[in-house]
Amino acid sequence: MKLSTKNLLGIKDLQKEDIETILSTATQFKDVLQRPVKKVPSLRDVTILNLFYENSTRTRISFELAEKRLSADTINFTVSGSSAAKGETLLDTVNNILSMKVDMVVMRHSASGAPHFLAKHIPAAIVNAGDGINEHPTQALLDAFSMLEKFGSLKGLKVAIIGDIMHSRVALSDIYLLTKMGAEIVVAGPPTLIPKYITEALGVRVEYNVKKALQWCDVANVLRIQLERQNQPLFSSLREYSLAYGINRRLLESLGKEITIMHPGPINRGVELDSDVADGPSSIILHQVENGVAVRMAVLYLLANREN
Amino acid sequence: MKNYGVKTILTENQIELTVKRLAHQIHENHLYLKDTVILGLQPRGIFFSDRIVNELKLLVDPAFIHYGKLDITFYRDDIRKHLHIANKTDIPFDIENKNVVILDDVLYKGRTIRAALDALLAFGRPSKVELCVLIDRRFSREFPIQPDYCGQAIDTFISQKVKVYWKEKDEKECIELLDS
Repeated sequence: MKLSTKNLLGIKDLQKEDIETILSTATQFKDVLQRPVKKVPSLRDVTILNLFYENSTRTRISFELAEKRLSADTINFTVSGSSAAKGETLLDTVNNILSMKVDMVVMRHSASGAPHFLAKHIPAAIVNAGDGINEHPTQALLDAFSMLEKFGSLKGLKVAIIGDIMHSRVALSDIYLLTKMGAEIVVAGPPTLIPKYITEALGVRVEYNVKKALQWCDVANVLRIQLERQNQPLFSSLREYSLAYGINRRLLESLGKEITIMHPGPINRGVELDSDVADGPSSIILHQVENGVAVRMAVLYLLANREN
Repeated sequence: MKNYGVKTILTENQIELTVKRLAHQIHENHLYLKDTVILGLQPRGIFFSDRIVNELKLLVDPAFIHYGKLDITFYRDDIRKHLHIANKTDIPFDIENKNVVILDDVLYKGRTIRAALDALLAFGRPSKVELCVLIDRRFSREFPIQPDYCGQAIDTFISQKVKVYWKEKDEKECIELLDS
């Protein structure tokens, strides 16, 4: 069983079977991570370049750990301190690195479509670690893995995605993935942060009242306000956003039901999520981080296999 | 024209007798399975190891039988050539300082067992490791690996295939040698 694609550029390109293969392989890797020796020799002769043109904590550490647990050789590139600061183009940078025999590239970039561009020009397998406001496929996969672990199935699961839908690559990847796996999705947030034609384009329901969305759902995936991607004011203040759309314990207790809280990180505590919720019993945020390593191991393992 | 001959190596009855013999041999060398654990190799070795363990339960108090399943997918040496999908590893006990008996249906080139030894060491340091196989395709080895318990040793060409059918999975139970 092989994936239908040689790169992981987005969930959009994946078949349902691909997602199932990745998630079931991740289950086995999660098992590996519980062993006394948490390392397998699977990618011993594979070299992976981590190309990060944008800041990252979790994703970069998670990918690097996944690569090391698979025994791959890794090279880390961050834009500060590199020749990109001297004006070298993306393609030149990568071609120079590839001439040193690199097999795979894990890439994050602030421009949507940057990994797609690279995939057209270089032979190495590319894993998108987040491109602009487009997709963040491994985050969606680890979200799905965490939901699967908690609920056993994604089919019919009610998921509310709350916050800055417009600028979130996690939201888009989550919507693609959960739709393919048969979950029901509601997006919620201020009208200025929800794309106008999202229902027509992606088939998700829109809810402007966060409490109603929470009352409906089994899982709430709460997103960060991506201030760095907003070049005009889309709501009056963070304080007002927090009052209308922030999730706190009082709000959760008023629902009269248990729901699971997820967040892709980094959390702006006191804005979209209060600390008593983020650290509370309904939060599986740290499980998401833990599962991230297993899911990324699965993706790298499945893409590293080339018959030629 | 190619000749697609099929020869039966072991029938259902013979498999049953062989499994009984192997279980007794394991018991003989590991009396009451003290400090001994049984590990079947995923995926097809499990049918064989299930049979052996069922026989051992008639010989030893089942409470003393430690039976686990080991998947070697992530330890294979042909990762760049073929993609293998992993199965579940389930070793719910400690193997440190234990005698480990690895069970698989067919021993051929020895590469699976090499990977199994590698995988095993991720769980601890056993005091001794033995190998029990139902069929040994001798003279085909690519690694210096030999079985300690063997159902039947056969001579085969590389072009031939050994197919093991199990009732639970394949509706019939026998072992066949296929020419191709």
